[in-house]
Amino acid sequence: MTKVDEPEPLEPVAPGDAELRRAAEAEAERAAAVVANAQTLREYVHVVYVRIRSGDSGVLPVVGGLLLISILFQSLNSNFLSAGNLVNLLIQGAVYMLLAMGEVFALLLGEIDLSIGFVSGIGGVVTAELVKQSTGWPWWGAILAGLLVCAVIGVVQGTIITRIGLPSFVVTLAGLLGFQGVMLLILGPGGSLPINDKIINDFASGNLTPAASWIVMVAIVAVVGTRMWVQESRRRSTGLMAPPASVTAIKVAATAAAGVVIVLICNTNRGRIVPINGVPWVVLIVLGVLAAWTFLLGRTKFGRYVYAIGGNAEAARRAGINLARIRTLCFMLASFTAGIAGIVYASRLRSVSTALDGGTLVLYAVAAAVIGGASLFGGRGRASHAVLGGIVIAAIDNGMSLQSYSAAAKDVVTAIVLLVAVTIDALARRDAAR
Amino acid sequence: MSTDVGTAPVEPRNVPAADAIPLLHLRNVSKSFGAVRALHQIDLEIPAGQVTALVGDNGAGKSVLIKCISGIHTPDSGQILWKGKPVHIRSPRAAAALGIETVHQDLALCDNLDIAENMFLGREITRRLILAEDAMEQAAAKTLQSLAVTTVSSVRQLVASLSGGQRQAVAIAKAVLWNSMLVIMDEPTAALGVAQTEMVLRLVRSLADRGLGVIIVSHNMNDVFEVADRIAVLRLGELVAQRPVAELDPQIVVDLMTTGRSSRIVDPLSDKTARTLDDQG
Repeated sequence: MTKVDEPEPLEPVAPGDAELRRAAEAEAERAAAVVANAQTLREYVHVVYVRIRSGDSGVLPVVGGLLLISILFQSLNSNFLSAGNLVNLLIQGAVYMLLAMGEVFALLLGEIDLSIGFVSGIGGVVTAELVKQSTGWPWWGAILAGLLVCAVIGVVQGTIITRIGLPSFVVTLAGLLGFQGVMLLILGPGGSLPINDKIINDFASGNLTPAASWIVMVAIVAVVGTRMWVQESRRRSTGLMAPPASVTAIKVAATAAAGVVIVLICNTNRGRIVPINGVPWVVLIVLGVLAAWTFLLGRTKFGRYVYAIGGNAEAARRAGINLARIRTLCFMLASFTAGIAGIVYASRLRSVSTALDGGTLVLYAVAAAVIGGASLFGGRGRASHAVLGGIVIAAIDNGMSLQSYSAAAKDVVTAIVLLVAVTIDALARRDAAR
Repeated sequence: MSTDVGTAPVEPRNVPAADAIPLLHLRNVSKSFGAVRALHQIDLEIPAGQVTALVGDNGAGKSVLIKCISGIHTPDSGQILWKGKPVHIRSPRAAAALGIETVHQDLALCDNLDIAENMFLGREITRRLILAEDAMEQAAAKTLQSLAVTTVSSVRQLVASLSGGQRQAVAIAKAVLWNSMLVIMDEPTAALGVAQTEMVLRLVRSLADRGLGVIIVSHNMNDVFEVADRIAVLRLGELVAQRPVAELDPQIVVDLMTTGRSSRIVDPLSDKTARTLDDQG
């Protein structure tokens, strides 16, 4: 973008005033097109259109991809878009979404955490060991202990990476191998540990009652919508960058509509013998983690510093940011979130076993984050990207299972989707650098 | 773009009172790295409200000198007087606390953050641990406006989308935002086109017109003579001249840079002792 001119000659070059003004106007116009404070809906749509044309397409590709996948699988199998399968897809995807939200913390730094698949297994094993009859911890104590162990693992890996300066790739690759070993050690070869605690099992298989689903949905939409409205009105009244009121209204309405659709789908009876309906608990867990990490990354100094380090670590260092501390915290949060995913996974299977494939899980997590829009090169990505990408991965996985493709075929297709997403990411980065 | 920027006339230069205490005064500052004598007995004054250009060939000690001022290096001997009082600048933080900001050649901006986020990086305003985005956005916009940077349409624009000149403007605005009194700029016009160079030079000028002290390191004689009030010439770690720009021309400066003397100024060898107060009058 910046044109690097040859060193200027000693004789002053005197461009005409008109020429300078033209250059200035062209530049200002280009800049204005990138971010303009649109006053009306029409202008706003135009600004968004220009932004997409200029390559900043946001979540559009992933939403489009999801639509394509849905149409494809629905045409192959009319069960794909049935209420029962969609809820199933959400429950299956929850683990990928949670793991990907953890991976985003590493990706934002421009690092990678390959260990989170088996770290999530460790979280599940610790929790399962503690709630089993012979140990008899309460469910919440077992979960807290499982999450704490994962957080400590993250701190240890993060400290090795930041203080000794080893590549995160190698350290977490060792973690991938090592924690698989630890799982085998605890569970014994081919071992499996059932979970009999009802509350933990309900995380993935329990549902809110249909009435409670509506109440929770209305409450969430009310809080989110009010915040959105109040914030954007205040920005409009102080003359800061904000979309016009009509756009804010549309956003609030869209949030409400999404909530209604999700609850309608979930409240449809999906049981064969006994009626099963209501929003699964796991949806609320994913939404809770999404809200927490979105807040942390978007509204706090910590989040700002994470983006700064991913964008230009040297600039962050000069700004007085403690790089080692922020990086270590990121690896801690990645492992902690993996622990949540591991407990949800164990809850879905009602057990933990050595069959857990942490290698595939971590690749799915990286794929989900990158497909959703996070960059492997650092500095770009959000928790919501992980959720969107997780849905895509789950949809591919689920749709191919419906067609009874083999695990081998699923792996190949997922690998291709990951490669395509990474290629798009790299190309976008190259374009931005030009 | 330069036409939009900087309402201040490039000439004439403002002239402070002759007896004013300089904002920054280096007294006999020396710095060696092992056997290499990087700076030797530097005696330099930086007045407020003026642009002082620091020139010299590669390896003359310009970088070491500005690093001593911005707290990256500590001088081996000599004194640094800040507004007449001796100070020890032990870190960039300490320099910032005094009001000294450095705009490095690589600018140190994060491409993935917007203008306001970059300007407040490391010094964010928070309210109950939550970033006060609106307050920061308003303060950033106000600073850019006061510098007459109008080519930037919004402080919510990502730095990645800015031109070289605009990025330089953001880096300078970042330094100004913190009520700094001395701004050090390392090669601010390197790698800029003609129009953008013009814009940045006007910005530099407007800083001095606001009463800030400005040090600009540059290789470009055009820029130096366009924007500077005073020129300090370094050669092999020694300060061979510091004079008002009116007493110099590009040829003299090049002579001083390369040989340490120039036949075209009167009494060049005693220049080091002859400088000081009468130079500024």
